[in-house]
Amino acid sequence: MKSAVLVFPGINRERDMARALKLASGNEAAMVWHAETELPKGTDLVVVPGGFSYGDYLRCGAIAARAPVMDAVRKHAADGGLVLGVCNGFQILCEAGLLPGVLMRNARLKFICKDVHLRVERSDSPFTRGYNAGQVIRVPVAHGEGNYEADEETVKRLEGEGRVLYRYCTPEGIVDEESNINGAAESIAGIVNERGNVLGMMPHPENHVEDIMGCTDGRGLFAGLAAHLEKAA
Amino acid sequence: MKARVTVTLKSGILDPQGKAIEGALKSLGVDGVASVRQGKVFDIELSGADKAKAEAALKDAADKLLANTVIENYRVELL
Repeated sequence: MKSAVLVFPGINRERDMARALKLASGNEAAMVWHAETELPKGTDLVVVPGGFSYGDYLRCGAIAARAPVMDAVRKHAADGGLVLGVCNGFQILCEAGLLPGVLMRNARLKFICKDVHLRVERSDSPFTRGYNAGQVIRVPVAHGEGNYEADEETVKRLEGEGRVLYRYCTPEGIVDEESNINGAAESIAGIVNERGNVLGMMPHPENHVEDIMGCTDGRGLFAGLAAHLEKAA
Repeated sequence: MKARVTVTLKSGILDPQGKAIEGALKSLGVDGVASVRQGKVFDIELSGADKAKAEAALKDAADKLLANTVIENYRVELL
């Protein structure tokens, strides 16, 4: 698995992400500066990590989404390459038009930094094949603007086409109002594009991959990606 | 030439910040506030003198960056 991690000014989770990718695949991820116009040759997976690109000025992810490297990411996605956006990365992918909808201010206006439970809705995607459908995983979130919203028709399409891969839930896997930490439409924590090769999610699976982190539930996502790409190669 | 682009949330989009401001105004005893919606104002100076060109450039700026048209409307004014 050859992965490229994008680096924008103000991003702060790129090292965690590179470490998780190396752990899963054995390969060092390439760090790609936002001003680049091309991705390293043979890139299988592009990761847009979390942080606060450009200080969240204007709107979260708005300025990073217009960076030169994003044209290369668009081309990579159009060619069927995998793209993963986490937290600010999810916001950037929405602003770049690679995913529908928008991440709004959390419904209760607070920045939320804690572990949450996610229900994996299906296991037949490159981004979830390391898990079983219906499995509940525990991963951290750290965001002030993670409230996923889209117009009614878009949300209906996402649901109808099975494009919601991760949903906030209770430890038992029940989706209810209280476990929907940020007020997201249908408790959406992560969605894929129409083709299924671009995932955006607010929680940080890269921060639950080693024993020292107290939980390794995030490993499945990266292991699944590595297994998918190995099979494809 | 001076211009102003005003970006506002589309109606129907939940605005928790506006709601918080509304609550604060009410608790300050400011009379007659029915509701508050928060938006953004951009004051822009343009180098040319052609009004039609300026308007087109500002619309371009709003569509490409200043507004997220999924959730926001914008208004362009030449001052």
